[in-house]
Amino acid sequence: MKEQFLNQVKETLEITDREINFEDNFKEYDEWDSLNLLSIIAMIDEEYGVTIDSNTMSKITTIEELYNIIESNK
Amino acid sequence: MIENNPFSLNEKTVLVTGASSGIGKAIAQECAKMGAKLIITARNEERLKDTLQSLVGNGHQYIIADFSSDDGINDLVKSLPILDGMVHCAGLIKRLPLKFVNESHLTEIMQTNFFAPALITQKIYKAKKIQQEGSVVFISSVATGFASFGNIMYMASKGAINSLSKGIAFELATQKIRVNCIEPGMIVTNLTKAISDEELAEDVKRYPLGRFGKPEEIGYAAVYLLSNASKWITGSVIKIDGGLTLR
Repeated sequence: MKEQFLNQVKETLEITDREINFEDNFKEYDEWDSLNLLSIIAMIDEEYGVTIDSNTMSKITTIEELYNIIESNK
Repeated sequence: MIENNPFSLNEKTVLVTGASSGIGKAIAQECAKMGAKLIITARNEERLKDTLQSLVGNGHQYIIADFSSDDGINDLVKSLPILDGMVHCAGLIKRLPLKFVNESHLTEIMQTNFFAPALITQKIYKAKKIQQEGSVVFISSVATGFASFGNIMYMASKGAINSLSKGIAFELATQKIRVNCIEPGMIVTNLTKAISDEELAEDVKRYPLGRFGKPEEIGYAAVYLLSNASKWITGSVIKIDGGLTLR
């Protein structure tokens, strides 16, 4: 499940040249921009049925935190 | 008071959809201040009642209406009296990048933002419930010509409204019924909750007049388009955007 989520994030951000980790601050990725912010929100909504509002998104930084929000809202 | 104030809405009966909050609520309130009798509709009874209570003057009424089905639209039209004007404010935003757009999201947006106002207007006209010299106002958006990330579906729905408005304006000109659009820029309402505070703080910098709009500022334009002051205006799009689209 955790592995799957990492892959989904990778795919959503269209990262092809490296692996990503749970501890990463995804907002520091070169790929990160406001369109990808919307894409991550949309992916989580589509795949997990969890709606994260953009204010919550602006407070979190790591992929782990994202994952924890999904887990606690499932 | 000026006698025969051309901006007055005295003796005019006006339908406002989406009147339970935001721009619709403010439009209903401003129309009431100018003397109109309001028929306000929305889905949420509690909030719609709040709007009703906030309207000055007497004789206003509310009708609970759900525009997600044809039945909801038919029921509304059946229960309406003869109107002098209508303002279509009910609207929905869903921000999704193209990759995530699908038929069900598109249908949801188009139903509320396009099909409902189109069919309500059509059915009211067919049922002869709009007076000659009446006025129809669609709330569109500067988003018709001003892209922002994730806004594809909303942009498309409002672009459709602009063209719809012109088409109807042309046909109904023979009845002296006028049809116009208002294109607001960012107005802070419940609908903008989908946007983070951080993004809003960044966005406001793009507005030459230095701030976002207030719902009542759209209300004033609606009053104008419903009033006799705008008798020679049809098929127009009035942009109210604090200068956003100047550049």
